[in-house]
Amino acid sequence: MSPTAIFINSFVLLFLIGSFFKDKAKTKKALKVALKSFIKMLPMVLMIIIFIGLLLGLLEPEKISQFIGEQAGWGGFFLIAVAGTIMHIPSLLSFPLAASLLEGGAAVTSVAVFITTLTMIGVVMLPLEIQVMGKKFALLRNGFSFIVAVLIALILGAII
Amino acid sequence: MKNKMKEQHIKEGKKNIIWLTFAILIFLITLKIVPDKSSAVMAASWSYFKEMMILLPAIMVLMGLFMVWISKDLVLKYLGKDSGIKGMLISFVLGSLPTGPLYVAFPLVAGLKQKGASITNIVIFLSAWACIKLPQEMVELQFLGWKFMTARLVLTIIFVTIMGIGMGKLLNMQAVESIERG
Repeated sequence: MSPTAIFINSFVLLFLIGSFFKDKAKTKKALKVALKSFIKMLPMVLMIIIFIGLLLGLLEPEKISQFIGEQAGWGGFFLIAVAGTIMHIPSLLSFPLAASLLEGGAAVTSVAVFITTLTMIGVVMLPLEIQVMGKKFALLRNGFSFIVAVLIALILGAII
Repeated sequence: MKNKMKEQHIKEGKKNIIWLTFAILIFLITLKIVPDKSSAVMAASWSYFKEMMILLPAIMVLMGLFMVWISKDLVLKYLGKDSGIKGMLISFVLGSLPTGPLYVAFPLVAGLKQKGASITNIVIFLSAWACIKLPQEMVELQFLGWKFMTARLVLTIIFVTIMGIGMGKLLNMQAVESIERG
């Protein structure tokens, strides 16, 4: 187990123990919710794992980096940015996916823009956002988020 | 609205199972077609599977705990009351608490709007909810390392603040114009 995983697990365990001593019923309910959401997420987790296996096992790193690596240029960068806005996967799973892309030879900027557009912009969620906040707000927010994602990614790529 | 969401939930669950079956089929067929690569595919899948299984249960428990201890009413109570820097700070903090996926945030935001929360705070709250939630940052730390995670976190906070203020100015200006015209 990596130090990070140990740290996170101990952190959560501490919370869990604290919660248990404060209110047993509430803690039980929390664990139930956790189990339910874990089961609900499992198919998606397995899908991502299969995808990562195929990606890293079949494609040569040169292939991946040709499309979204350092030498791919703006085309690859915007391709993956747009892919992030359309894809609809739980944001928690965007990180292992991003890590596998990075391992496979993708550029840091591409990975960063992918994470940010994936989480901040939801084309699937757009009707709901329009319904709640109005068309103007929803379109502006999603549009600005795209620009912000690009800026964050470019700066991140420059400093890492 | 709640029932509709539940329906969508079940529909999405079914869709996921179909996609998963499809993915497993592709996986098995690929392993059959290129047997020489199958060990590399299995090794990559297995290593990521292990890493996720070490982490995800803890993350789910953390989200469950926050869900029972921090109710939506509590979030609504503290959010949208203050403006200025304090309001923005509260929006960031409450948005990044692990209380659910983005479709849960929109009904909350509807309540905020009714309460008269500013556009700036709503934008910050939604953005924080979407991309810098605590459980997400933990998974990011594990898979991408602390350098990537902190850099993205800091950059996101800076740019989301700018975006929030900008959108607030833009939409308020238009509101004023339409009142003047009207």
